[in-house]
Amino acid sequence: MRAVEDALGIRIPNNARILRNIIEGIQYVQDHVIHFYHLHALDWVDIVSALDADPTTTAQLAQSLSDWPQSSAAYFKGVQDRIAAFVASGQLGPFANAYWGHSAYKLPPEANLMAVAHYLEALDWQRDVIRAHAILGGKNPHLQTYLVGGMSTPIDPNSEAALNADKVAMLNGLFAKAKQFVDKVYLPDVLAVAPFYLEWAGIGGGVGNFLSYGDWPDANGDLWIPRGAILNKDLSTVLPVDHEEVTEHVTRSWYEYDDETKGKHPWEGETRPNYTGPQPPYEFMDTSGKYSWVKAPRLRDEPMEVGPLARMLIAYASGHKRIQAVVNSVLETLGVGPEVLFSTLGRTAARCIETVIVAEKLVDWTNELVESMASGDLQIHDGDLWDPDNWPAETKGWGFTEAPRGALGHWIHIKDKKIHNYQAVVPSTWNSSPRGASGKEGPYEAALIGTPVADPEKPIEILRTIHSFDPCMACGVHVLDAGGNEITKVVVQATGSC
Amino acid sequence: MLDRPAVRTLILGVGNLLLSDEGVGLHVLERLAATYNLPEEVQTLDGGTLGLDLLYYLEGVENLLIIDAVEMGKEPGTLLRLEGDEVPAFLSIKISPHQIGIPDMLFAAKLKDLYPRNVVLWGVQPGVLDIGLDLSPPIAARVDELVEKVMDELRRWEIEARPKGASDRAGH
Repeated sequence: MRAVEDALGIRIPNNARILRNIIEGIQYVQDHVIHFYHLHALDWVDIVSALDADPTTTAQLAQSLSDWPQSSAAYFKGVQDRIAAFVASGQLGPFANAYWGHSAYKLPPEANLMAVAHYLEALDWQRDVIRAHAILGGKNPHLQTYLVGGMSTPIDPNSEAALNADKVAMLNGLFAKAKQFVDKVYLPDVLAVAPFYLEWAGIGGGVGNFLSYGDWPDANGDLWIPRGAILNKDLSTVLPVDHEEVTEHVTRSWYEYDDETKGKHPWEGETRPNYTGPQPPYEFMDTSGKYSWVKAPRLRDEPMEVGPLARMLIAYASGHKRIQAVVNSVLETLGVGPEVLFSTLGRTAARCIETVIVAEKLVDWTNELVESMASGDLQIHDGDLWDPDNWPAETKGWGFTEAPRGALGHWIHIKDKKIHNYQAVVPSTWNSSPRGASGKEGPYEAALIGTPVADPEKPIEILRTIHSFDPCMACGVHVLDAGGNEITKVVVQATGSC
Repeated sequence: MLDRPAVRTLILGVGNLLLSDEGVGLHVLERLAATYNLPEEVQTLDGGTLGLDLLYYLEGVENLLIIDAVEMGKEPGTLLRLEGDEVPAFLSIKISPHQIGIPDMLFAAKLKDLYPRNVVLWGVQPGVLDIGLDLSPPIAARVDELVEKVMDELRRWEIEARPKGASDRAGH
């Protein structure tokens, strides 16, 4: 949408901008919470250990963290009984993606029980708060109300069929509920779990380069989360980012360019598959040549990490006051300095910090919409260029957003009213990128180097780091013994959208 | 939200409709809807590539039937039936996005007391997984048979469904 709007020079109406900000904001909050509790938590939380917890002590722990109402001993006893019934039925076995009882689990039983209770609460919570998407987007997932030139969500205080005061009140209620869970459950849980895993503040650092396109434009077009890049973990310098400096390499990917010693800017991008790997099923793949279906996106020919950690670091280093305050308060609570952010734990903490600030910002955006409606501005769409007859013969555009998982760019080349070329470079492509022409590893690869693995049969440590990036794709991790024989295969799970 | 009649049986087609045979579960749902009048207590659901989002469709559901493309290393079109705990055990070793979401959903269903009493999976060995909307011939040839397998399962759960007559199809 933004790629076409950029190509045609369309400026969307103010209400459309606010609606898009709100939709994206609640998407973040829901997506990050689901990631933490339903994808990532079981890397840190041992559900079986929760059976040994004392519900009274668990209640004391929970009440010491926040005044969240569901924290009585009876409540935790109920959750524990449910886990006990599940385990006693002998049916936990089939759900073997986690490593129950692994020595790498460090939480005391009470913290495990509390976390499992919150895992279950988060299921109901996420279902509820994302109703905002049904109100603003028609349905969730896969919203239906985005149009080139604006939105199709009607705004009219006097119409039952439009977004009116009643529906805004519903949104406010949902966002209050969202914020409450984030402030009283998610953030306290992260702060309570992190001290048991502080060694993970020294593991999983990755490439040390970070990219954010920035997002959430205000009425002047300024971005609330800033655009920028950080190289070599240098928080003293935030470099400007120009999308023209983005290229994709295929030197080590199963695609073909005429000249593979260089990357291509997405406007000139091409996707010509060229599989040169072994015929499946295979036992071993030679990674000295091409070895991935993922292209290698680069900024100024450097691999870049994208996502919440990149955004929070760039905002922090750019002087974003609110983000600095929350980051500093989290670091202070944990008694650590900003250098620990370059890690698996830092990635997981940054996602939580981002959720806190987006959840509070939702209230501002909703107020902005109310003020706009009150001023009599009901415009949601600019249709001047709806008819392709009004388009230039040839034009190009770049659409950017910061998706929950990171920098997302779409590039379009329009010629004779048709799409001449279209390329998307998505967050997980940046993070899971293989080597490029220069041979430098991508973020996942670099982050896994040096990761200690206690039991090669159960490499939960690898899952922790890969999951900390919130991969949008499923991928397999194969652990080989010295002779190249596969001794185990790990499936990395994915949730949500890219 | 609209009220809906209590659903006791959920027929869940999963897969990606854009990847040829990967979408076989959805093709079976479509053929089922075109050939049979299902009672209101039976819901058919295009699960696409969703996972946990499907959890709440299990509310009140006693019988869950999943239809999916399954890589077995067999001849394209080979059918597979699993039931009970074989289903999550089998799905947990799959490497494809939607088949990874479904075990998450079943795990959460266990902990939230939403797990259906009966769980059955019908799988088909895919042949072609390229970008495309159509099934490859050996898979397309199995769709009617799979619809009948679905009807067998419904009868096992004591659910009657009548074939659509000429009058039912007049509007199509």
